[in-house]
Amino acid sequence: MKEKKKKERKNTLPILCMVGPTSLWLLFFLLIPLIYVVVISFMTKGAYGGVVFKFSIDSYKRIFDPLYLTVMWKSIVMAFETSVICLIISYPFAYMLCKVPAKVRGILTLLIMLPFWVNGLIRLNGWSNILRDSGFINTLLMKIGIIDQPIQMMYSEGAVLFGMVYTFFPFMVLPLQSSISKLDQSLIEASYDLGARKVKTFVRVILPMTLPGIFAGTIQVFIPSLGAFFISDVMGGGSAAYLGNLIQNQFLVARNWPLGAAFSVLLIIFTLVVLKAYSKVGDLDDLA
Amino acid sequence: MEDRKAIVQLKNITKSFGDNQVLKPISLDIYEGEFLTLLGSSGCGKTTTLRIIAGFETPTEGSVYIEDKDVTDMAPYNRDVNTVFQSYALFPHMTVFDNIAFGLVEKKMNKKEIRSKVMEMLELVQLHGFEKRKPSQMSGGQKQRVAIARALVNSPKVLLLDEPLGALDLKLRKQMQVELKRLQKKLGITFVYVTHDQEEALTMSDRIAVMHQGHFEQIGTAKEIYEKPQTKFVAGFIGESNLFEANVDIISGNELELMMENGRVKAKGEGFVKEEIVYISVRPENTHLSDKDVDGFTLKGIVKDQIYVGSVLKTIVELPNGKEVKVNNHPDAYVYPVGAAVTVYWDPDKAVVIHTKEDKMYDAIEDAVLK
Repeated sequence: MKEKKKKERKNTLPILCMVGPTSLWLLFFLLIPLIYVVVISFMTKGAYGGVVFKFSIDSYKRIFDPLYLTVMWKSIVMAFETSVICLIISYPFAYMLCKVPAKVRGILTLLIMLPFWVNGLIRLNGWSNILRDSGFINTLLMKIGIIDQPIQMMYSEGAVLFGMVYTFFPFMVLPLQSSISKLDQSLIEASYDLGARKVKTFVRVILPMTLPGIFAGTIQVFIPSLGAFFISDVMGGGSAAYLGNLIQNQFLVARNWPLGAAFSVLLIIFTLVVLKAYSKVGDLDDLA
Repeated sequence: MEDRKAIVQLKNITKSFGDNQVLKPISLDIYEGEFLTLLGSSGCGKTTTLRIIAGFETPTEGSVYIEDKDVTDMAPYNRDVNTVFQSYALFPHMTVFDNIAFGLVEKKMNKKEIRSKVMEMLELVQLHGFEKRKPSQMSGGQKQRVAIARALVNSPKVLLLDEPLGALDLKLRKQMQVELKRLQKKLGITFVYVTHDQEEALTMSDRIAVMHQGHFEQIGTAKEIYEKPQTKFVAGFIGESNLFEANVDIISGNELELMMENGRVKAKGEGFVKEEIVYISVRPENTHLSDKDVDGFTLKGIVKDQIYVGSVLKTIVELPNGKEVKVNNHPDAYVYPVGAAVTVYWDPDKAVVIHTKEDKMYDAIEDAVLK
């Protein structure tokens, strides 16, 4: 007994060395700022911006303004659409990634990761150059003579959706691929053997077996697209208002920090709820 | 046997993966209601053969017939055969009930009928009451039973089993061997069973097809395979055997007198010619020792070792050229002590004489392939 205790104490220092730096990092750069945001959300807005440290729940009352509720609903719908489209595009791609030879898989994975080496804002501005009225596509089509009026592609909900899908697509592919690659080939053979054709095998075996990847991918796309603001800024133009923009505006333009903080808290709570739901549904331990 | 109906026919099947030819042209008729075992060591092509029957692999050449219908290019889901996989391949996201019902659901059977069939099957494999469990909550032996039930519930024309007992411990394996044989007899379904375990093959099979390097060495009943091996490989692979190389010296009718490096022996066989080099295979239990002269046998050696292994007492005799001969006796029998000079002999009826020609040919092919 005593021996064991001694041994445990001996382990304390190495453990502290390993966990310590990360814990300090999380404490100073995550937990304290987070608490600060929560605290600010319960304060009063200063007359010329800034925060007056006087308790108030005004910000939370204002959240439920129908105008803001519409924005939030729009954001959720947009995030949902992004997730669904990403899933539909990614699944066949991820499936193919698992089937091709390792060398090809390496190259394709690199191609997915490559855009990350360039800042997202710059990549989106690139797209804006391609899609806008005087952009590459419209110029080309008009030169050829297929159209004589530029097609309005930018600054619409569709453009925002496109930007979202483009930006978050890799977050869907990677968990899906990891899930599909774990799929035991003999299960597919067993399904064929028992008379299930390809589509039936997909629905009855492959899809349920890769649900963990589908959940993980959806979460990884849904959550960041809910809070993203620069995509809607660039692709949707100044008029597009989503939850991310709302928060950004309250902090930088309207200078209503408490309200911005309250929206942030709401976003965080919503994220936690989604994550909790995921861990309930997504934790299909039988599939592990 | 000849007038029985062939349910599966393999006709001149070959299979290559890239440059690697796994199956040389093989042909095999599998009869209705029989328990046929494909026996061989790993890499001999037995699993590939099974997968070709199941439809998971397409033969490079040749054709597969099931009930006289060419199914060579038919997808596995259209074939009336079911497989028990080596790794069980149970669906982990489904309960035992849903696993077994999988094939019946595909057949669009109504729920009530499915339920009664699944329950009947669970009873048959002695897993009554396990229907709500997930595969992860079951032991290896239980999973194996579910896998068998899942295949059998579809009443396949042929059940294919790919080393189904490989992962079980010895005791459970023996028990399952008996159970599988019992099931097969009861249901009358044709079983094609793949194993590398010769004892398993001898215990369960009506016929055994011994495979080696992509071809059949011998196809026959357990008794034929054991008592009359037709090739050196079969003699060495199935059970223990004393194998000698000899030269046919005198032929009178079916009686042969042969010359070996260390002496003369007798055996019986037909179709041999004088001066032909042959193999002689004699089982240790049919090999005897004597300190007196034996008519026709001048094979002399020294007793080197006595090994007691429970049911038998093994005597090892060393011949002058260093070759060892194994002799099995009943533990209570009189045996010659270590160091005794003895003559090795056998009942000529119990010695199997094998042509070397074919083996030499296969060896040559093998060498060519390896080079």
